Amino acid sequence: MVNLTTNIHAPYGSHIEDKNILLTTVDKISNWARSSSVWPFTFGLACCAIEMMATGAPKYDLDRFGAGVFRASPRQSDLMIVAGTVVIKMALRIERLFAQMPEPRYVISMGACATNGGPYWQHGYHVLKGVDRVIPVDVYVPGCPPRPEALIEGIMLLQKKMMKEKRITEKFTHGHPRYL
Amino acid sequence: MDIQDIYKNLKSKFGDDKLNLEEIQKDSYIEVSKDILLSVCQHLRDQESLLFDSLVCVSGVHYPSTHEKPRFEVVYHLFSYAHKHKLVLKVILGLDQDLSIPSVETVWKGANWLERETFDMYGIAFENHSDLRRILCPDDWEGYPLRKDYKVQEKYRHIKVTM
Ligand code: SF4
Repeated sequence: MVNLTTNIHAPYGSHIEDKNILLTTVDKISNWARSSSVWPFTFGLACCAIEMMATGAPKYDLDRFGAGVFRASPRQSDLMIVAGTVVIKMALRIERLFAQMPEPRYVISMGACATNGGPYWQHGYHVLKGVDRVIPVDVYVPGCPPRPEALIEGIMLLQKKMMKEKRITEKFTHGHPRYL
Repeated sequence: MDIQDIYKNLKSKFGDDKLNLEEIQKDSYIEVSKDILLSVCQHLRDQESLLFDSLVCVSGVHYPSTHEKPRFEVVYHLFSYAHKHKLVLKVILGLDQDLSIPSVETVWKGANWLERETFDMYGIAFENHSDLRRILCPDDWEGYPLRKDYKVQEKYRHIKVTM
């Protein structure tokens, strides 16, 4: 951002001096807006969900990071936190729910189970060995279960990732949005 | 009533060629042949001195062909709230015979889901069950997971299942 008002040689002179103008790119401002208001999808599948609930509750207060508005509908959420063991039966539902989320959408794989099957990696015939077999994952949070701080770090990492996006530039320079 | 008395009671009604009492410390059970299972259960529920009004669980056991006595077992745990006594009933199915057994759903309604689970995990068919579908695995799952010779399928629809 450039503060024009400090430049006394600015071509527009004092015309805009008192108009409070900021300059930035559309990408930056939309990334900033998007990453400051991530709406996660209420998506607890097993024990990890308890930690996710604790993260949303007052002690850890996910709202401080602009990501505490848990929605009960995929159509209102931007972020799916896959918190827990994904069984094969659920994998089909996850695929569908992910497809129902509006773009841009993000996925955090929370805990060992969602990442690669966790304790069930060998003998759990019914457990999907990693949610990335059915949907793309942005951030993996390790742990069994991860502490709330770890989930918060994951969310902050995702917010950093969001800030680096150039969706609008790409849309207008290449003629298509960048799909994740 | 303890298990000897229950066994005596059953023996006086059904004879002893299709019943067998196995006495193991704390784990005694009565073995029943599957063709009288339904009438034995009916009797256990209705007889004044027995009154087994609750079917606690139905489970299966697989002893594979490497075992000295290869077989399937279906195990019924019963409890009587009226008399506060309990009983374990077992039906033994050979590996070679067809895996079917009468459903006790008409005696205890709660057997419905318990038998569906046993069917899901062991592939034991319950005759005259009102709704014999898988209960935990997906409907189009292959194989019966709790059998000792179970091999998990490579793929389920388009999803890779194995490591
Ligand atoms: S990773 Fe651990 S805590 Fe999380 S769902 Fe799996 S078993 Fe539960």
